[in-house]
Amino acid sequence: MSATFVGMPGFPEFPSFPEAAHEAVRDKTLRGNLRHATHTIRAKRAKAVAEVSDWAALREAGRQIKDHTLRHLDRYLVQVEEAVTAAGGTVHWAVDADEANRIVADLVKRTGEREVVKVKSMATQEIGLNEALEAEGIHAYETDLAELIVQLGKDRPSHILVPAIHRNRGEIRDIFRSEMSAWGRPAPEGLSDTPAELAEAARLHLREKFLRAKVGISGANFVVAETGTLVVVESEGNGRMCLTLPETLISVVGIEKIVPTWRDLEVFLQTLPRSSTAERMNPYTSMWTGTTGQDGPSTFHLVLLDNGRTDTLADQVGRQALRCIRCSACLNVCPVYERAGGHAYGSVYPGPIGAILSPQLRGTGSEIDASLPYASSLCGACYEVCPVAIDIPEVLVHLRERVAQGGQATRGGNKVVLKPAKGHAAERTAMRAARLALSHPGLLRGGQRLASRTRRFHPRSLPGPGKAWSGTRDLPALPAEPFRDWWQRTHAERGGQGGKDGAK
Amino acid sequence: MSSRDRILGRVRRALADVPPDDTPYEQAVSRDYLRQHGDRGAEETVDLLAENLVDYRAVVHRSDTAGLPALIAHLLGERGSKTVLVPPGLDESWLADTEVTRVTDRPDSTPHELDRVDSVVTGCAVAIAETGTIVLDGSPDQGRRRITLIPDHHVCVIRIPDQVVSSVPQALDRLVPARPLTLISGPSATSDIELDRVEGVHGPRTLEVVLVSGE
Amino acid sequence: MRVALFLTCVNDTLYPDTGRAVVKLLTRLGVDVDFPMAQTCCGQAHYNTGYRHEAEPLARRFAEVFRGYEAIVTPSGSCGAMVRDLYPRMGERAHAEGRGDTLARTLAPVVPKTYELTEFLVDVLGVTDVGAYYPHTVTYHPTCHGLRVLGLGDRPRRLLQAVKGLELVELPGAEECCGFGGTFAVKNPDVSAAMGTDKVRNAESTGAEVLCAADNSCLMHIGGTMTRLRTGMRPVHLAEILASTEEEPAA
Repeated sequence: MSATFVGMPGFPEFPSFPEAAHEAVRDKTLRGNLRHATHTIRAKRAKAVAEVSDWAALREAGRQIKDHTLRHLDRYLVQVEEAVTAAGGTVHWAVDADEANRIVADLVKRTGEREVVKVKSMATQEIGLNEALEAEGIHAYETDLAELIVQLGKDRPSHILVPAIHRNRGEIRDIFRSEMSAWGRPAPEGLSDTPAELAEAARLHLREKFLRAKVGISGANFVVAETGTLVVVESEGNGRMCLTLPETLISVVGIEKIVPTWRDLEVFLQTLPRSSTAERMNPYTSMWTGTTGQDGPSTFHLVLLDNGRTDTLADQVGRQALRCIRCSACLNVCPVYERAGGHAYGSVYPGPIGAILSPQLRGTGSEIDASLPYASSLCGACYEVCPVAIDIPEVLVHLRERVAQGGQATRGGNKVVLKPAKGHAAERTAMRAARLALSHPGLLRGGQRLASRTRRFHPRSLPGPGKAWSGTRDLPALPAEPFRDWWQRTHAERGGQGGKDGAK
Repeated sequence: MSSRDRILGRVRRALADVPPDDTPYEQAVSRDYLRQHGDRGAEETVDLLAENLVDYRAVVHRSDTAGLPALIAHLLGERGSKTVLVPPGLDESWLADTEVTRVTDRPDSTPHELDRVDSVVTGCAVAIAETGTIVLDGSPDQGRRRITLIPDHHVCVIRIPDQVVSSVPQALDRLVPARPLTLISGPSATSDIELDRVEGVHGPRTLEVVLVSGE
Repeated sequence: MRVALFLTCVNDTLYPDTGRAVVKLLTRLGVDVDFPMAQTCCGQAHYNTGYRHEAEPLARRFAEVFRGYEAIVTPSGSCGAMVRDLYPRMGERAHAEGRGDTLARTLAPVVPKTYELTEFLVDVLGVTDVGAYYPHTVTYHPTCHGLRVLGLGDRPRRLLQAVKGLELVELPGAEECCGFGGTFAVKNPDVSAAMGTDKVRNAESTGAEVLCAADNSCLMHIGGTMTRLRTGMRPVHLAEILASTEEEPAA
């Protein structure tokens, strides 16, 4: 396992995005599930956002708060450490996934416990914590409903907010019926596929685990530097269970989750729920600062995680990805995500944000990571809905440049010069040739004329690599003459700049 | 070198290109957003709170101080509750009219014990009208976080209008960050099945909010 | 006013009818329009595929060819967005790479003078009724860069609504990308085709004869999908509809 692992443990090799998508677009059930879910939430998000007249100002404030924090991240990290320690917590620092997993496993082992309950957390997914704990003989139980569906189904998450978005109610019922008994309380007899009954089955199944849990593991949506307060935003109450009932709480948090002041939460507690579940406010938000007497865990550990974040921070264009608050609005609105599904992105971070985050956290070395920057039509819908204004298309194009042309990057804290990725040589030559031709109108015109004269022989579809276009689309018919010839015939006598081919 | 030093060193090197910036934080962020949305009187704010609570499937009741004990007794009776959890600092008069067995939360009460209690009655720290949110801060009339989590039926009493604010920013102004805080907007819910909201998962599946006026 | 037509390399080569339509339309509206023959390509395909450095000479060339005009009009939302949104960023990046501000200064003059056709008509000329006649049922697809980068808003719709004889019908899912995306169409052909098919099915469901957009690149993808799926619909560039009159109807 590489030092920076943002993948699905147990699924180490991912095909490129186009290869994975090739299968996904043909899966009618998957397409139907994704279409239904994303279209439902799209309309609701738009309505929830339209309710607040100052959305643009909230978005801008959120962007500025995050940019400011990243700009002074060293200072705020130290402040978090001081505040959490003063409030009775213990702070740990993890450079990469391996170190974070080691820290957590050691902390759990010290309690003498063999099982932990988990609040849904992207950071612990990213580092493959469950698998690392399992290797140490510790069972980690996911308690978020969608995570439970994924865990029981031995599946991979496909969405940031709703990891089982690719499953419909019938599939979920089947998983519950066949798998719950192996993990604990079996599914109720005659379980139907109504969402209410499925939620009830999860409630019963997980309750015994919550009530006996001694160790809880979470991430956090925000960490407030000035107070040392952690914030977890959730819906089901599983978060509250994991954060308050166990004796020991371990929170694994990416270093970019910091906000400077308490007041900053007033921005994100307005923008996150509306962007995420399209609610005015999510059902439960928990905030805790260290430990509090008899209320909640008596031992609290905060693990601050780098795992590629500082490398991302070093990139002038790409660092804006660290503003992300994991709302998943960009996934829900993305036409590519809707059709390819989350698994095609080969990472716990799918969709547009995943396409710019994974290749930065992991580097562009693997086939999947080198293909992710191209997994977008650059339509810009993601940027439009992003509550912290991450210009995802801009970063995608920037990462395409890194893949196609190589250049300076930071890996593992060191500056490196990347070579262009394999498989782009022909494209590079073509781009250069095109640029040369387009730098000389005479050459462009020559090509146009040749094409027009031979147009009767041009087919509407192409063999070989050209099939990528004409497998599904006809080529346009070539005109009898390019525009510039018509213009010269009809307007050239007027002189002016237009008359000549241009000397350049 | 410790991991702490490595990470801090990497952060500093990563930011080497950024020009120095000593703007005080208060001036670094333009907060052009609103302190509250819309202009409402106290009564309208309470009405909005009630409307938004109902929208997220909380059950809302209104009462004056004198009628509160009878209302709470009615709610517990209607529910068929045999036991009710009582935070240490709850106004005793609130439960004056009910015969339901009171269970006091002790520091060593186990989650399993709390799981056998039918209902819980608490006050609150503040309520947010725009979002239909009640906030608990662990004060004596609200108790430890677990007592409003494990029982399936939560009755929360809000004093109107003084405990009600319009907006999230106004609510955060009133709260003390160091306290353990829980923001609650309706009963527990999930959007995990086909991204459609369903009420009733791990937290209390029934949330009843009593808006109490007068002293 | 010295107005230059920046037709774009795709239109010049493949869609000369669109170019002739723009000339006809602007001339009818009293604009003296020129087509600088030295123009080639704005560099968008290079830039968006990750070849920014190859795009730079093309951008410099664009700036030199067009700098003498008071307005530069283009019938392409994405090429307009390239100049207006991405040229300034190219300048900034060059500066950040320690190459000074030469590129930024070279490109700056053409940026604010570049207009997408509907912007030029509505904002500069101040017209929405261009005196067109087009007796067909039309549905309008707002292309992504025009919609989200340039913020064309309701300009195209207002222009279409003023066309005599034209019945405008709403396209379901109008603001969703058609799946072209330049090299995306060939690098991710399956997803691109799936998006294109959905767009065409939505267009078909309106019962319109014509799907209109203000960008021929997207129309090439949508039109190619239409003929492959054997729908009876036609893709037509907005300029060709606006150029059409009772005396000289569009073909």
